[in-house]
Amino acid sequence: MRLSPDDMIFWQYGFIKFNATIAFTWGLMFVLAVGSRLITRKLSTGLHRSRWQNLLEIIVTGIEKQIEDVGLRHPRKYIGFLGTLFLFLALASLFTILPGYEPPTGSLSTTAALALCVLVVVPFSGIKEQGPGSYLKSYLEPTAIMLPFNIISELSRTLALAVRLFGNMMSGTMILAILLTVTPFIFPVVMSALGLLTGMVQAYIFSILATVYIAAATRGRTARSVSTPEPRT
Amino acid sequence: MLIDWFTVGAQALNFLILVWLLKRYLYKPILDALDARERRIAAELADADAKKSEAQEERDLFLHKNEQFDEQRAALMNEAMEEVKAERRRLLDEARTAADALSAKRQEALRAEADNLNDAIRRKTQQEVFAIARKTLKDLAAVSLEERMTEMFVQQVRTMKGGTKETLAQTLEAASEPVLVRSAYGLSGEQRATIEQALTETFSADIPLRFETAPSLVSGIELITNGQKIAWSIADYLTAMEKVVASLHQDKDLVDTATGPPTTPKAGSKADKPKPETQRQ
Repeated sequence: MRLSPDDMIFWQYGFIKFNATIAFTWGLMFVLAVGSRLITRKLSTGLHRSRWQNLLEIIVTGIEKQIEDVGLRHPRKYIGFLGTLFLFLALASLFTILPGYEPPTGSLSTTAALALCVLVVVPFSGIKEQGPGSYLKSYLEPTAIMLPFNIISELSRTLALAVRLFGNMMSGTMILAILLTVTPFIFPVVMSALGLLTGMVQAYIFSILATVYIAAATRGRTARSVSTPEPRT
Repeated sequence: MLIDWFTVGAQALNFLILVWLLKRYLYKPILDALDARERRIAAELADADAKKSEAQEERDLFLHKNEQFDEQRAALMNEAMEEVKAERRRLLDEARTAADALSAKRQEALRAEADNLNDAIRRKTQQEVFAIARKTLKDLAAVSLEERMTEMFVQQVRTMKGGTKETLAQTLEAASEPVLVRSAYGLSGEQRATIEQALTETFSADIPLRFETAPSLVSGIELITNGQKIAWSIADYLTAMEKVVASLHQDKDLVDTATGPPTTPKAGSKADKPKPETQRQ
């Protein structure tokens, strides 16, 4: 039994390989990019606009509002990264209703890649907003002794991000696969709906946590200590 | 192995590409469209505000003009009312003046009529009195009225006394022309001689005389020199009678203006009986 779509390899040349994770990711990328392009090709700035444009406007303004609510002062600077994170994870979960589809987020490689992206973006944003000295100094607070713990905290939360998402998505897929072998009718549909809900929640949690980390990094230590709760799911 | 590091790298790259794609094809166009719409709505709202304020200004202007118009209308109306009042007052004054003039004219006419009537009555009375006196004197004394008048005049001259006599004497002495004796009738030579004699005796001087007939004296004789006059005339009696008649007329006018019935005055009850007089003109 496959635990990850990484194991479904279509083509391999030495270290380079083309597996299901990459294939489904490309599929999602294609749907997102082409769908956006098709809808935004004929945008209206007037009072009358298409339903698809309304949908996209709701999604984009909703994401922007969420980012602003978490505490980022300039949400438009981060909406590219954080919004894409959420849309990619949400669409990856949503497509689980399609038969034969395996979410790329069920692969630890994908979640690790996303977590690594967050790990890079957080200090990058902090340094850009506060300057390198001020940001790096925040690792020495409240005292210099806390430096290793701060670094461990940074790494562990990245690991937690990756593993949490992977565990939830993978478990959903696994439960569904096991249930299909036990009770092939009705019950897997319920579990699939539950998995869909779980996937949406995980997408929300992942992107919100990334937002919180970035907000904490850009607002200095005071805000950081107040607004960086570590969720337990 | 759960983590395939090539896949991790590929997925990270895929994710970054997706970020770029969505930035280009999703977020930017949508946010730009939202901004454009917001700008447009803001512009429309600003335009609406401007139009509203403009409308408010025009409304204020209209109200202001309306108030001014009302004030002007009220002022014009007041002015017109004042003019009408003044014109009315003027017309009333004119009418009153005209009425007064008419009334005065009418009173004048009435007075003239009364005067004419008085004059006629006086003349008639004089004539009647003259005729009655003449007849009476003739009947009683068989002496003509003219003779009696001459006697009366002569008697008056002879009975002159005191200051009057002296004054007249001085005047007669100073007279350069003959003294004028006027009578209502032509004096006979005897009568003229009697008068000359009386004057000569009275004033102890030879006084030249000039005789004239003046019917207006009615019945009488008068001597005139340098403003001094000696006269005896029925006209004096007639003047007294005229006063009585005039008073009768006045009483009658008063009775006419009142609503009560006319009263008959006591004619002649209070009439002064005139005396022959010597007067200064």
